[in-house]
Amino acid sequence: MKETKNILLVGVGGQGIILVSKILTAGLLKAGFDVKMSEVHGMAQRGGSVTTQVRYGEKVYSPIIGKGQADILVSFEKMEAARWVEYLRPQGKVVVNNYEIPSLPIAIGKAEYPKGVIEALKKQFSTTVIDATKAAEEVGNIRTQNIVLLGALTKALGLNEIDWTEIIRENLPEKMVEINIKAFQKGQEL
Amino acid sequence: MKKLMSGNEAMARGAYEAGVTIAAAYPGTPSTEILEHMVDYKDVIYSEWAPNEKVAAEVAVGASIAGARSLAAMKHVGVNVAADPIFTYAYTGVNGGFVLISADDPSMHSSQNEQDNRYYARFSKMAMIEPSDSQEAKDFLIEAFRISEEFDTPVMFRVTTRICHSKSIVELGERKEAGHKEYKKNIAKYVATPANAKIAHIRVEERLKALEQFANTSSLNKIEYNDTKIGIVTAGVSYQYAKEVFGDKVSYLKLGFTYPLPMDLIKEFASKVETLYIIEELEPFMEEQIKAAGVKCIGKELLPNIYELNPDIVAKSILNISNETKNVDIEIAARPPVLCPGCPHRGFFYAISKKKNAVVAGDIGCYTLGAMAPLEAIDTVICMGAGISAAMGMAKAFEVSGQDKKVFGVVGDSTFFHSGITGAIDIVYNKGKLVPVVLDNRITGMTGHQENPGTGKTLMGDETVQLDIVDILKAVGYKKVAVVDPCDLKAMNEVIDEAMNSDDTYAIVTKRPCILIKGLAPSKVKCEVKSDKCKKCKMCLKVGCPAVFFKDGVSYIEKSMCVGCEVCMQVCRFDAIEKVGE
Repeated sequence: MKETKNILLVGVGGQGIILVSKILTAGLLKAGFDVKMSEVHGMAQRGGSVTTQVRYGEKVYSPIIGKGQADILVSFEKMEAARWVEYLRPQGKVVVNNYEIPSLPIAIGKAEYPKGVIEALKKQFSTTVIDATKAAEEVGNIRTQNIVLLGALTKALGLNEIDWTEIIRENLPEKMVEINIKAFQKGQEL
Repeated sequence: MKKLMSGNEAMARGAYEAGVTIAAAYPGTPSTEILEHMVDYKDVIYSEWAPNEKVAAEVAVGASIAGARSLAAMKHVGVNVAADPIFTYAYTGVNGGFVLISADDPSMHSSQNEQDNRYYARFSKMAMIEPSDSQEAKDFLIEAFRISEEFDTPVMFRVTTRICHSKSIVELGERKEAGHKEYKKNIAKYVATPANAKIAHIRVEERLKALEQFANTSSLNKIEYNDTKIGIVTAGVSYQYAKEVFGDKVSYLKLGFTYPLPMDLIKEFASKVETLYIIEELEPFMEEQIKAAGVKCIGKELLPNIYELNPDIVAKSILNISNETKNVDIEIAARPPVLCPGCPHRGFFYAISKKKNAVVAGDIGCYTLGAMAPLEAIDTVICMGAGISAAMGMAKAFEVSGQDKKVFGVVGDSTFFHSGITGAIDIVYNKGKLVPVVLDNRITGMTGHQENPGTGKTLMGDETVQLDIVDILKAVGYKKVAVVDPCDLKAMNEVIDEAMNSDDTYAIVTKRPCILIKGLAPSKVKCEVKSDKCKKCKMCLKVGCPAVFFKDGVSYIEKSMCVGCEVCMQVCRFDAIEKVGE
């Protein structure tokens, strides 16, 4: 694979995006790709909008991308997908968790949660809507929603040659492995 | 062995492989994880959280004088705090190798300014090295220690957020013990009296010349010749952006050793290319020196000096090419960072926001978020420590001009130890009529929970003494130190009122641990809105808790987020919020 692929993971602080990018990069590394990943810590974490970028290919230079460069946008929250969609290539794909987390301006009535996000995304991009939160509840732990999305992401990218269950096993505490493998499989089925 | 490492992790590894034995830092984004990873090597490296960056730098300076390879790490504004020892250590020179890691934050992801610390290297006349990925972060750090010892100079290792927090593949090496240099008393070198400093300055200028000669041949600076129509001089992460945009179609002079600049090498490269571009983030640090040396080049005429670069910006600025983008046509609400549900700071800020004459000088930490809507309870945030000392100046100015205002100077526990303590002394000493407030949540919060002198634990995980902020305030002369649970709004209010009316020196310490501290049992108690009792007055929304919203015409508390701090419950005038799950 000559061309570098760009993944943009977005969501809200606390949704488990960092863990997903950790598992993702571990898998890509194992598959022999050059990998770079960039994340921002600190003030941005406190309930703010969070992004992580993962790039992989034969040789990756920049750890970050600019607008119009992501091949896939995985959004853990609906409104965040709309916020970052400009970073997608016009033919890029969206995987969006059908889940709303109102930001503080919305909670205190200074702003409104946008309506019609999914429809707007679908109009412009190839969009897969996932009920990751619901799927995680079905699996038995709402916190595995991030791994559900990882399942959907790896499927959308066609990264099937990588043994993700093994990578999950290597990167999670033992008692969390089984439930997360279930969540991953669920994400691949959705 | 190959490993995917962040730049911060790689720098810790580099310190290990370089034979470093002493490392000190004060936490600050994006530098914090350097020392957190240093603990991975605690068998051979002593590492500590110092109370502030100046202390960290001085600990590392002392260790270097005593013969150890040592480093101090901090964020860019931390170097402002540490500048005093650093500038003079650049005069005296080192014994064991000494490296100052400056982690800059272009785009201010988590900072109050985006100062370009490369100027510090030039200002203080020390050598500077800039890596462009994690592999270089490790390898160049090892070389930095060698250069420090060979040229008898401190070395500034300058990184940025995208180096610190980006992960890339690193080939690990082995630790090579540097061996402690013999300590010899040397008054002429290490006692910076005017007489000695005068001689030292001559040495420093000679050293700079020798370093520039070295830079011209250093393996840290590399030319990649391709097509020579375009030549690019670049350094740090900007090199990666340039490579991303221009690939192998142009020639590069990639600099790893960036002060003093290798001017002969730059001139040689410039003579072989038709058009020379300087691609650097923030200020025209290299460009101005290159232009001053008479080399024609293009830089900030095209590239911005505001915010970080990325491949997109480089392509747009130089080639006038933009990626095609599509957007969605809907209005998106902002998602600013907020105080967490159950944050102990919320109670204090809610209470103080109701006081008409109160002016609140804030500081750097999670509690900076007390300035955000709807609380908007902070008037100023300048730097670490100014929460108390700038408050002193405000109080004096209001006093002189006869304005009826009561100033509160607010810092956190770690910030109090950092530099709040000196401001608190100033208030007592110079009879300030204001109230210092220490929001003690038992941890250094914003940077991700580091130990500090008040937590009873060290960076390396040892138990230690726990400094008592109340005792300290009493010891420096405060007649009254009120201790209060900030989430008890009635008590919090009473303390603030008492402070406002007190003629004595009065300080407030709010005590309640950060809800995110590991090992604290999560609260089983949650708050719940009884929708039949809710009068839709929206008072509860005014505490600015992310768990409280207005939904379907009544207030609603998201159970998965609520930790049962009861602050919203206390502001509800209709008893519509109740505790559940006891």
